[in-house]
Amino acid sequence: MFGKLDWSAIPFDQPIPLIAAAAIGVILAAVLGWITVKGHWPYLWNEWITSVDHKRIGVMYVMLGVVMLLRGFSDVILMRTHQAAAIGASQGYLPPEHYNQIFSAHGTIMIFFGSMPFIIGLMNFVVPLQLGVRDVAFPTLNSVSFWLTASGALLTNVSLVIGEFARTGWLPYAPLSETNYSPGVGVDYYLWALQIAGVGTLMSGVNLVTTILKMRAPGMGYLRMPMFCWTALGSNMLIVAAFPILTATLAMLTLDRYLGFHFFTNEAGGNPMMFMNLIWAWGHPEVYILVLPAFGIFSEVFSTFSSKPLFGYRSMVLATLFIVVVSFTVWLHHFFTMGAGGDVNAFFGISTSVIAVGTGVKVFNWLFTMYGGRVRFDTPMLWALAFVLYFVVGGMTGVLLAVPPADFLLHNSMFLVAHFHNVIVGGVVFGAMAGYEYWFPKAFGFRLDEWWGKLAFWLTVVGTVVVFGAFYIVGLEGMTRRLQHIDNIAWYDWIMVALAGTLLIAGGVVAQVMQLVMSIRHRDRLRDETGDPWDGRSLEWITPSPPPVFNFPVLPDVHGEEAYWEIKRRAIEQQQLSEVPDYQPIEMPRNSPTGVITAFFCTSVGFALIWHIWWLAALGLVGAYVTFVVFAWRDEVEFEIPAEEVERVDRARRESRQVILERGAPA
Amino acid sequence: MHVAMRSRFSRSGMRVCLAAGMVLVLSACSRSIMDPAGPVAAGERTILLDALAIMLAIVLPTMAATVAFAWWFRAGNTRATYRPDFVHSGRIELIVWSIPLLTIMFLGGVIWVGSHRLDPGRPLESRVRPLEVQVVSLDWKWLFIYPQQGVASVNRLIIPAGVPVHFELTSASVLNTFFVHQLGSQIYTMNGMRSQLNLQADRPGQYYGQSAHFSGDGFSDMNFWTVAVPVGQFNNWAAGARGNGPVLSAANYQQFARQSQGVKPFTFRAVQPGLFDAVVRQQLPPAPGPEEGRGGHTTTSPGDAH
Amino acid sequence: MSGAAAQVDGQQGARGHDPYALGHGHGGHGDHEATGHGEGGPASKRIITGYGFWIFLLSDIVMFSGFFAAYAVLAGETAGGPGGRELFELPRVAIETALLLLSSFTCGLGSVATERRSVFWTQIWLLITGVLGVAFLVLEVQEFAQMVAEGAGPQRSAFLSAFFALVGCHGLHVGVGILWLGTMMAQLWVKGFRADILRRLLCFNLFWHALDIIWVAVFTIVYLLGSGV
Repeated sequence: MFGKLDWSAIPFDQPIPLIAAAAIGVILAAVLGWITVKGHWPYLWNEWITSVDHKRIGVMYVMLGVVMLLRGFSDVILMRTHQAAAIGASQGYLPPEHYNQIFSAHGTIMIFFGSMPFIIGLMNFVVPLQLGVRDVAFPTLNSVSFWLTASGALLTNVSLVIGEFARTGWLPYAPLSETNYSPGVGVDYYLWALQIAGVGTLMSGVNLVTTILKMRAPGMGYLRMPMFCWTALGSNMLIVAAFPILTATLAMLTLDRYLGFHFFTNEAGGNPMMFMNLIWAWGHPEVYILVLPAFGIFSEVFSTFSSKPLFGYRSMVLATLFIVVVSFTVWLHHFFTMGAGGDVNAFFGISTSVIAVGTGVKVFNWLFTMYGGRVRFDTPMLWALAFVLYFVVGGMTGVLLAVPPADFLLHNSMFLVAHFHNVIVGGVVFGAMAGYEYWFPKAFGFRLDEWWGKLAFWLTVVGTVVVFGAFYIVGLEGMTRRLQHIDNIAWYDWIMVALAGTLLIAGGVVAQVMQLVMSIRHRDRLRDETGDPWDGRSLEWITPSPPPVFNFPVLPDVHGEEAYWEIKRRAIEQQQLSEVPDYQPIEMPRNSPTGVITAFFCTSVGFALIWHIWWLAALGLVGAYVTFVVFAWRDEVEFEIPAEEVERVDRARRESRQVILERGAPA
Repeated sequence: MHVAMRSRFSRSGMRVCLAAGMVLVLSACSRSIMDPAGPVAAGERTILLDALAIMLAIVLPTMAATVAFAWWFRAGNTRATYRPDFVHSGRIELIVWSIPLLTIMFLGGVIWVGSHRLDPGRPLESRVRPLEVQVVSLDWKWLFIYPQQGVASVNRLIIPAGVPVHFELTSASVLNTFFVHQLGSQIYTMNGMRSQLNLQADRPGQYYGQSAHFSGDGFSDMNFWTVAVPVGQFNNWAAGARGNGPVLSAANYQQFARQSQGVKPFTFRAVQPGLFDAVVRQQLPPAPGPEEGRGGHTTTSPGDAH
Repeated sequence: MSGAAAQVDGQQGARGHDPYALGHGHGGHGDHEATGHGEGGPASKRIITGYGFWIFLLSDIVMFSGFFAAYAVLAGETAGGPGGRELFELPRVAIETALLLLSSFTCGLGSVATERRSVFWTQIWLLITGVLGVAFLVLEVQEFAQMVAEGAGPQRSAFLSAFFALVGCHGLHVGVGILWLGTMMAQLWVKGFRADILRRLLCFNLFWHALDIIWVAVFTIVYLLGSGV
């Protein structure tokens, strides 16, 4: 009746996951209880859960990302403390079957449910505003995408309590991930969580590509788009081109595990090497999906906080597109040691080095954006500067690893771990933090506390450098990754240094949370009155903070690059705002529970398939189909905002803008 | 002429400085890849340091420029010229594209030459005939078969110093890599496939070896010592190994291939001819997974040493 | 033309802020629907929907490429079992192809009827399309069942795994398409030619024709090449 599910799936005999699960359960119950008692459900349901507004969805994505980054960080604390204890004769406090789940979950969560949602959330929130339009191309699909991602995150976390997670690493190489070597449900949790979330991400890619290419304010030609929109375009084109490969590959592994197929098995002609090729054909574009939007955020931040337009805009566009194309030609560098021979290894080594050209160009253009500017060191700019300094080191070690003879020594070592954390943390996470600090006022109407922000910045950056510096060194000393116990006591010192760095980062995380708490508490003092707290240059800063649901009362006319800067300049020079537009009623898409209900059914289907509860899976599929039909049957798809309401909102905005006029033109 | 000589000196000088710095930092460690004990590892370390030096020449000035520009052009510095129209310069674009491009072209040459010269399958140049070793990675131990000597060793690799060793590698089950840091290149071991590797220990010593690819619950135990001894001592060892220990036949190979951990090193006094080829061709089927492992419940691996 | 930027700025009375001085060659797209290239603002809903669905179809083709790649790699791995030469019955494949191509044709006739706003003929052609699709699937399921009964199921060898997955994936798409088709017919009956229904019919047409293209690739690479033709 319940497939493979029975009481033995709950780890009553393992204190650590049991206590963790209990703690999460208590917190969850407390939060849900508080919401219920305070009567917040109608608000949450109407304004957030069923929202199809890109701004709300963007915020929810970021919140999911933040929570999952914290979850992944808890894995870090476990791993670092365990390795610090498991030296020499000691076995630490985490047996292999548990430790192996932790590092697998850490990677999976950080990439799929931490970084991706964070970055996608920022793109969701900002891109329509920067393009001067009211929403993305497919608002309800956007909601579905978010909830499917959340569904994947939920399934992954359920594995902590019911069953187990994969013990294969964050990419389940065959044949270790086949049923005979991984007989439990762990890999199945992984497969279904990622397939469901992957569909969400793919839909998001289609949505944003269509939005950027087909929906822009009048006058905004391609070469007048903000740089963040270009990198968002590049990233989403990569999503459209790469995620289907992941879907296919995970499907093949699923067929192997569920129906006894032989794609990647050892016997009957299966080919484990093919798994590696397919998964990395997706995997390498994936890291560029993550980092390109971060590059875009830095372009915005460098420009705004240097009070200068971005240097070499066309060059930056070219470099972005160059990276998009070349990212598909490098995948073999993840397994130089598979023995493909000199010609093949050299080809991919060279192509990998070539991609550094695109990034190098971007770095130099950022530097020359500062050159001749007036640099302000607000928190977003600090993150940007730390990024440049730190990321070039990571890029360098990447090119080092791209040299096959060097890789033969460093493959799978802690040096490799240091490299990819260097670029993902130093690139993607620093970018996400910069974007968070930069656009938070726009989203919520008040700024973040600068003091706490800078404290969090310093603790995090110093801690990061310490941890991964230690990893670089211990990797050169021969330590490999994923060791549950370490018999070489010579590596001990660096493990301890890494532990110290981790504590610094933990301090940074606490400070970051404190920043949010204090900012909420003092939000009246930190209010963003004008909607343009940073003297911005792109269209999102023309809206009030937070923007109304329709974003712009009238779609702005774009006459040059840096659309908003030009409007602002002219207004300040003429000492008057642009003329009052002729307000029309605005039609906006209705909210819909389609997203959350589809995700509910998909979660059920996933859980059912993991545990082989076939009737529940069938029921879930039927439910998902019915949800789709109900949505398709809607007659009322939009609601109208009357012209008077639009005028009222805009009048308030125009009044607040008087302050900017009085600021006057800078010398 | 002077410039060329100076730059050549400073390049090798830089390499020496880097190497010295590395060794200082990594000293007292006999497992460091920065402390090669054979020609392959030495060649790879040279390439590593060369590539690092080439790139540091770009990266360090870039980092300095970042700090310098940000500081000089800070908003409070009234001496800096504010040039909000400085958004494009053909000359700068040319330099900005050329520097990475030229660096990468240079590096590309290093990559091409290095990938061929240090390809694991390329035999080492030596006047001595290579020793043949067949390697099988199992869960979670190593089997080293010496076809020319007719013996096999588990979890300890004895080789003669100064003699090139030609390895053929495969796996009984899942992916692993065979990696002796100080001798050089690691290579994947895969079931049904035959990998090729050529290494040499220049001098006698004990060298740490491990699997560098995660292979399951017993992965942390996949390490072994490589002991390089003078040729005479090696021959004595082989002769001694033929004297005692079990025989490695298809039957007890299958038994041996089942999952276990923490296996103490021992030797086989004889090996069934063609056993390695039988493993590669899957005439001896791939080793099984864990005996238990019901749906859902986290299992403890069988053969857990503790 | 290069004058366009100056004209636009001239309307405002001040030179537009144009730090990159890139110049624009857009002559504008006239007064009809903005294509979303910037000059006229966001494109129409129909264009946006169709474009978005095209992008989705491209992603679906990439997914099929993954299965094609796996098939190409595993095509020779018969593990001592039967290969394409022994298994493929080209006459059945020919009929399947004819059914699918014909269904594409009838689907096209359906879209012509939609242009003429004839609910009756649209439904007829959609129905025939569906019937042809079902016939295709019946033959395919028959083929699979026969192979499994002969001991040539997907568990037999890597080649057969790749075959069943690739062809089965296409068949699954056809099945989902038929389900979609039925739902569309019901919607059309109840709601008539509303704007959103028309957009969905456009998407369905794109989908059905794309499946046809994939099938052409399948029967060429899998069946024709695999039979040693």
